[in-house]
Amino acid sequence: MTERDDLIRETPETDVFASFEGDLPTIGRRSSPGRLLRRYLPAFIAFLTVILVWEGLTRLLGVESFVLSKPSEILTSFTETFTTIWGAGMRTLLEAATGFVIGTSLAVATSLAAARWVGFRDGMLPIAIALNATPIAALAPIFNSWFGLTNPFSKMAVVAVVVYFPVMINTTRGLLEVDPAELELMRSMAATPAEVTRRIRIPRALPYFFSSIKVASVLSLIAAIIAEYFGGPQNVLGQYIVNRAQLFQFPDAWAAILVASILGVTFYLLILLAERRLMPWHVSFRSSD
Amino acid sequence: MSSSVVEARGVGKTFGTGDGQIVALSGIDLQIHQGDFISLIGPSGCGKSTLLRLIGDLVSPTTGTLVVNGKTPGQARLDRDYGIVFQSATLLDWRSVQKNVELPLEIMDFPSEERPARAREMLDLVQLDAFADHFPWQLSGGMQQRVAIARALAFRPSLLLMDEPFGALDEMTREAMQQEVLRVWRETGTSVVFVTHSIPEAVFLSTRVVVMSPRPGHISDEIVVDLPRQRDQDTREQSKYFDLVIEVREALRKGEKGGGAL
Repeated sequence: MTERDDLIRETPETDVFASFEGDLPTIGRRSSPGRLLRRYLPAFIAFLTVILVWEGLTRLLGVESFVLSKPSEILTSFTETFTTIWGAGMRTLLEAATGFVIGTSLAVATSLAAARWVGFRDGMLPIAIALNATPIAALAPIFNSWFGLTNPFSKMAVVAVVVYFPVMINTTRGLLEVDPAELELMRSMAATPAEVTRRIRIPRALPYFFSSIKVASVLSLIAAIIAEYFGGPQNVLGQYIVNRAQLFQFPDAWAAILVASILGVTFYLLILLAERRLMPWHVSFRSSD
Repeated sequence: MSSSVVEARGVGKTFGTGDGQIVALSGIDLQIHQGDFISLIGPSGCGKSTLLRLIGDLVSPTTGTLVVNGKTPGQARLDRDYGIVFQSATLLDWRSVQKNVELPLEIMDFPSEERPARAREMLDLVQLDAFADHFPWQLSGGMQQRVAIARALAFRPSLLLMDEPFGALDEMTREAMQQEVLRVWRETGTSVVFVTHSIPEAVFLSTRVVVMSPRPGHISDEIVVDLPRQRDQDTREQSKYFDLVIEVREALRKGEKGGGAL
C-alpha cells in the first residue's frame, strides 16, 4: 500500500481528490510457478485419468486394436515411427501454415476494404456468410484438379479458403463494432478515415481477429489433412493415416493423429502467445485478483 | 465583453423526414463570448445536447446560421477549434494515460518531440501527472474523466464542449470535479459550453446559465451568474448562490409551463 501512497502527489492547492483515489485496482501481478501448477493441475489429472481409463478398459474388455488401439501401443508406434510421422507432420504443417497465412492475409485485406467502403461491404458480406456455412473442404477434389494432385498448393488453397471466411467475417465485425462516442471523438479532432481505422478500428478489431485466427489455426490443420485424404504425395499425415488404416496398422494411424494433435495445439498456443504480446491491455488478460 | 466565440441566429434542427419528423430545436439565438462558461440546462428532450453537438459540428442545423470563431462549425472543426468531453470518458484501453492525452496531438501532427511534454503539462493541469503510465482501466471514474479533459485541452482549443461530463459520477466526486474544471477554465482561459441537468452544478460553474425547454427545444431564459470567478466550497453556502439556484429553478418551471407540458 505504500507504493500507492507514493503515487498520490501532494497537491497543496486542491487536495479534494486525495480522498477519492483509494480504490485503484492492483496492477496485474505475474503468475508464480506455484500458481501455474495449481491452475493446470486439474487439467493434467483429468488427462492422465482419461489415458489410464482408456488403457484399462481396452485391456479389460479385450478391445481389438483396429477398433480402438491402446495408448501403450500408440506410444510404442509413436517412438518407433517417429522420424517418418514427424517428417510427414512437418510437410502437412507447411501446407497448413502457408494456407493459413494466405487465407488470413486475404481475409484481413478484404475486412479493411469492407470497413472502408459500405457498398463493398453490403455486396460482399451476405455472400461471405453464405459461403462460410458451406463445407468448403468439399472443394478439395476440385482444387486437386486445378492445381495438380502432387502440387502442395492444391492443399494450401483448400486451407486458405477454409481459413478465409471465419477470419474475414469476424475481423470485419470487429472493425465495424466501434463505440459511436469514439467515432465522434475522432470526428471532433478532424481525424481522417485512415486515422480512424488505424487508431480506433484496428485496435478494436484485434480481439475479434485473434479469436478468429485461434479457430482458424485449428481449422487449417484439419483442412490440410482432409485435403490430403483426397490424394497426392504419400509422405504427408493424411495419406499416411489412410494407408496405415488400410493395412490395419491402427496404432500407426493413431500415432500420426497424435502428431497432428501436437502440431495443432502448438499452433494454437503460438497464436495465444502472439495475442498476449499484441494486446496486453485486453480485459481477458487483466489480473482479476 | 470581447469577441464572440459562438453566434447562433434562428438555429433549428429537425430529425427525420415526413411523418417521423421531430423538431429537436427551433429559433435558437445565442451568443457566447471569449472566456464565457455557459451551461445549457433543461429537462430531457429540450435539445441541450443537440445544441452542443450543433456547435461542435457533430450534427448540422436544419435552419438558421451558426458561426463559431467567425467560421462555419465545419471549418472550426477542421481548424481544431474545439475539444469535447462526453459523459463517458471514451479513453482508449490500449493506450496509457499519457498516450491517451497524446492522441489528438498525434492526429494533428504535432512534432513527436513536443507531444510528451505537452501531454505531461495537461496531466499536470488535471493533477494526474503521477498516473501518466497507468492504463485507463486502472483509474477511478473521476480520474478517467479528468484524463478526458486533459485530452480535450491538449491541443489548446478555444472552445471546450462538455456534454454531461459528470453525469455518471457520485456526488462527492462530482463536486470535486466541478472545482477542478473551474480551476482549469481560469488557468487556460478557454470558453466552455457545458450541458447539465443539475441546477446547482450549472450555477456553481457558469458565468451564464441558458435555460431550455422542450417541445420543441428552445431557449426559455438566460440567467447571468454574477458570482466572482474564483469560487470554492464556500461559494456553495453563500446566499447569493442560493438565490441564483432558486432563480434557475423558477425559470425551468416557467419554461415547462410555457411549453404546455405537465
